[in-house]
Amino acid sequence: MGKNLVGNHIRKLRFNNNEMTQQQLADKVGVTRQTIVALEKGNYSPSLELAFRIAHAFGLPLEEVFFYGEENANS
Amino acid sequence: MTYQEKKSIVTLFSTILIFVLYCLYMYPKYPGESADITEVFHYWGSFVLVLTLVSIVAHIIISIAFNVFFRVTTGEKEPAFEDELDKLIRLKSIRVSFAVFVIGFLLAMGSLVLDYPSKVMFMILIASGFASDVTGSLSRLYHYRRGV
Repeated sequence: MGKNLVGNHIRKLRFNNNEMTQQQLADKVGVTRQTIVALEKGNYSPSLELAFRIAHAFGLPLEEVFFYGEENANS
Repeated sequence: MTYQEKKSIVTLFSTILIFVLYCLYMYPKYPGESADITEVFHYWGSFVLVLTLVSIVAHIIISIAFNVFFRVTTGEKEPAFEDELDKLIRLKSIRVSFAVFVIGFLLAMGSLVLDYPSKVMFMILIASGFASDVTGSLSRLYHYRRGV
């Protein structure tokens, strides 16, 4: 199974937000911790709604949390 | 390993265990080749019905025991809800297990067309039900580990 082309900066953003835990972020956006783990590993591309909720949790626009492209996803 | 992965493994092993033990229990009760056709049909009918009931009850008990064991050993609570990733994985695993069962069902019907004895049809049907359960659990485990 190939890696998803949608990448994200969730791990870095959590660290920059008072070292927010995966569980805290999961509770904030209404998913399980497993889903946050899968997102950070690049094993899952979130729905648009969840992507917006995560971006709102960090107080950032969507494109500062998520990016699209094979090149970016590999980096 | 996460709760969902552990639960998929427990479900997989409990499915195999229940099926194997039940088959071992029912095998000596088979009426035999010389038995009346209604007796044979009664045997297979009760085999499927009792297996369904037994596996539902056993899965509930195993699930409760697993949740208690998970809480005690990890100190974590099991997820109280199903989010979008869980729903997507559930749909994918249902699709896989449904496909396996349909293949088994068609093979079972094919065995009747090819004039095999009715016991072959029942055995293929029951085996495909078991295989669909196993592939469903394996597919769930695969998607939780490797992503969707």
